[in-house]
Amino acid sequence: MQNVSRISFLTWCVVAALAFVPSRSGAKPAPEIAHFTLANGLEVVVVPDHRTPVVTHMVWYRVGSADETPGKTGLAHFLEHLMFKGTKLHPQEEFTQTVATIGGQENAFTSSDYTGYFQRTRREYLKMLMEFESDRMTGLVLSEEAVKPELQVVLEERNMRIDNDPSARLSEQMEAALYLNHPYGKPIVGWRQEIESLTRDDVLEFYRRFYTPNNAVLVVAGDVTAEEVKIFAQETYGKVKRVTDISPRLRPQEPAQEAPRTVTLADPRVAQPSVSRYYVAPSFTTAKTGEGEALEVLGHILGGGENNRLYRALVVDKGIAVNTGADYSGTALDYGRLSIFGSPKPGFTLAQVEEAIDSVIAELLDKGITANELDRAKNRLIADSIYARDNQGTLARWYGAALTTGGTIERVATWAERVRAVTPESVREAAHHWLDKRRSVTGYLVKQTLPGEKVT
Amino acid sequence: MSMHQPAFLRSAARCSMAFLAAAFVLLVSPAADATNIERTLSPGGIEIWLVRDVTVPLIAVDFAFRGGAAQDPADKLGVGSMVLDLLDEGAGDLDANAFHELMECKAIELRFHIGRDHIRGTLRTLKENQDEAFELLRLSLTAPQFEANAIERIRAQVMSELQHQTMTPSNIASRTWWDTAFPGHPYARQVNGTLETVPRITADDLRAYARRVFARDTLKVAVVGDIDAATAGRLIDSTFGSLPAKAELLPVPSATPQGLGRRIVFDLDVPQTSVTFGGSGIAPDDPDFMAAYIVNHIFGGGSLSSRLFREVREKRGLAYGISDRLVWLDQTAVMIGGTAVRADATGEAIDVIDDQVRKMAMDGPTAEELTKAKTYLKGSFELELDSSTKIASQLVTMQLDQLGIDYIEHRSALIDAVTLADTKRVAKRMLDGGLLYTVVGRSKDITSKRAER
Repeated sequence: MQNVSRISFLTWCVVAALAFVPSRSGAKPAPEIAHFTLANGLEVVVVPDHRTPVVTHMVWYRVGSADETPGKTGLAHFLEHLMFKGTKLHPQEEFTQTVATIGGQENAFTSSDYTGYFQRTRREYLKMLMEFESDRMTGLVLSEEAVKPELQVVLEERNMRIDNDPSARLSEQMEAALYLNHPYGKPIVGWRQEIESLTRDDVLEFYRRFYTPNNAVLVVAGDVTAEEVKIFAQETYGKVKRVTDISPRLRPQEPAQEAPRTVTLADPRVAQPSVSRYYVAPSFTTAKTGEGEALEVLGHILGGGENNRLYRALVVDKGIAVNTGADYSGTALDYGRLSIFGSPKPGFTLAQVEEAIDSVIAELLDKGITANELDRAKNRLIADSIYARDNQGTLARWYGAALTTGGTIERVATWAERVRAVTPESVREAAHHWLDKRRSVTGYLVKQTLPGEKVT
Repeated sequence: MSMHQPAFLRSAARCSMAFLAAAFVLLVSPAADATNIERTLSPGGIEIWLVRDVTVPLIAVDFAFRGGAAQDPADKLGVGSMVLDLLDEGAGDLDANAFHELMECKAIELRFHIGRDHIRGTLRTLKENQDEAFELLRLSLTAPQFEANAIERIRAQVMSELQHQTMTPSNIASRTWWDTAFPGHPYARQVNGTLETVPRITADDLRAYARRVFARDTLKVAVVGDIDAATAGRLIDSTFGSLPAKAELLPVPSATPQGLGRRIVFDLDVPQTSVTFGGSGIAPDDPDFMAAYIVNHIFGGGSLSSRLFREVREKRGLAYGISDRLVWLDQTAVMIGGTAVRADATGEAIDVIDDQVRKMAMDGPTAEELTKAKTYLKGSFELELDSSTKIASQLVTMQLDQLGIDYIEHRSALIDAVTLADTKRVAKRMLDGGLLYTVVGRSKDITSKRAER
């Protein structure tokens, strides 16, 4: 049992000097990231990974649901779907069929701030992918026949993601209540009645307004060199003309939030009640220097890590909750968010769980965090950047998301040192400032009892 | 709860389909540069499939034991799943708190997963923490505490999840499908147990399960990353070497899916109907397996261009997603799929699927579809081999399926050998019996029906 005592001895924690430095084993240093801009304004990022002859090819547009015209929620996402309907040069599903035939994967995604398209294939198809993708950057052709069934698909997607799931419905209502003025309160997929009224003209107008090389970021990760990507990019994307100038992304900002809000959603299908709280926070882009990193550490210690404070207090020590957690999400142009949730064990109420959450927060505000907690959190968060290097798709997403939410290449590359610079004081300060209930909404998910049913 | 998702995951796009599909692409294509697989025996005699790659200073370990939920005693369903949940809740001298703190401090990732026939596990660590990481894995497998408070914590979580599943349409549909297809058989079970059996599980039950199932004779291991064969051998021996030599497994009877041709409707007041559908499958040890895999790919398998995807989503807009896959278990093989459709179009969607089943059974794929499917399957596998974590997982899957260490090299030839006549014959063999549908929602235009044949 010699090993066991050695392990127990090591339970204390020190911040290791890892990440982006060659390790003792002789491992190579992290790959060189290349970053350049074509004459038409398209930004390009290259993330080499030569382990497997595979590439991940992504185009990110700096447009998301928060850029939609009022009254037309769901437009960014609907356009994302319709981008698969073909161009003059490659009609109908030629692109999708080609990717399928060569054994590639493809998909697309929409967030509040960005819309992205990607394919993964063997390396030799890269230039072909770039030809297809650059062609649909401005060449989309849409027929009414293509638009109509796709609108039904999007409505079913909304049904699947939101309407069929009580906790997703609550979350949608909470987001709407969290923002008094900013469009982050609108659902990415859109409100049902507004999706239903979207037209082909709406989509094409939106497309022409935002889909232009000077509003896009190309990220290529995998078995490629910066030189070859540059040549291919010039021969494909380089030929796409600017459609329009892009104005600064100025969204209506939040006024001073002065009152905590609460939202309750009752549904007969709720088997496990829960309480959630969202706080408005700055994003990595709008935070003061070091503040976003402090919030990341705060979320981790409060409710993200293997042995976080909420879990220890509510689930282990008090035994009143089945589960609990917290999280900071800061990859956004305007606002980030601190989120907390807890679900009571049978026999305990939402009020008891909420009170316990509030007392964990109060203790953290009062006494701050310990050095050991901070070191554990840092090690875990810094290690993420090494684990990310094992997956070309993950790295590509990190860079794409940063560059379309006001971040920089440097911000991603210096993640480890920025986390290492977090101090107990900066975490406490961030907690004091941002865990302010006046800027929060608390949501209750409860079982709706039907007439004639007994309350249990 | 899924409330703390990063912005990327909140994206409301087409992602789920492709990711789901990717998870089941199992068949391999021309050798990837990263997969120079070495078969090595540890000094203690444990076979390891090893890929050394020093690019990133990390190590990924994947392993499996035969066993799974089929080994749960009938009155203690869910015991295997609970064992796995408890492996990091205290082991050896470390209580749950100390164990989790060490995992976090050293950024060690340890995950377990239970299936019907197998337990799978993964360990991921930075190279510099390799000794601590393997030691935590050893403790979790050989000296789990099954401490009383930890058991109650996990039991409460499992019960909460089971309650949630009783109200989740897709889960009801899938559960009903397995229950109908394999009545009374261990494969009918949900791997995490039932609301009746989980409360009965005791610490002794948990210990007994771990003792019976964690054994060296059914262990499969792969190690990938910045590690050499000698070090891997030493660490694998110290981790697994003290486990019992032989597992004590209950026999699982062979089975074929029942209820084909039936439709079972379950009323639930939700805006969208969940449908599970499935029928007979073909297993990897069957000479028709590769043909079946190709037929399934064309019918409803993993791409955005399958017949089902085109007919149900692209042409008619009835659903956001639809796909199916071949599932092979030790004692049976099925094809099973799912979709979620507009409530008032449920009958139409099922008719469309049924129509596609009939067409495929009668005529098989076209020559063009076959050619495309072959190039897809040959080209797609490398995408599953582009990280240490994914490679480790594939190497254990190849061992479980007894495909041989050289499978990656001759896989393309196996695909090319399939003829159009093979696919037509196999399409009929798989689909001629029809499908069993389980339907959950407010589906006024469809009612339950018994099999017609």
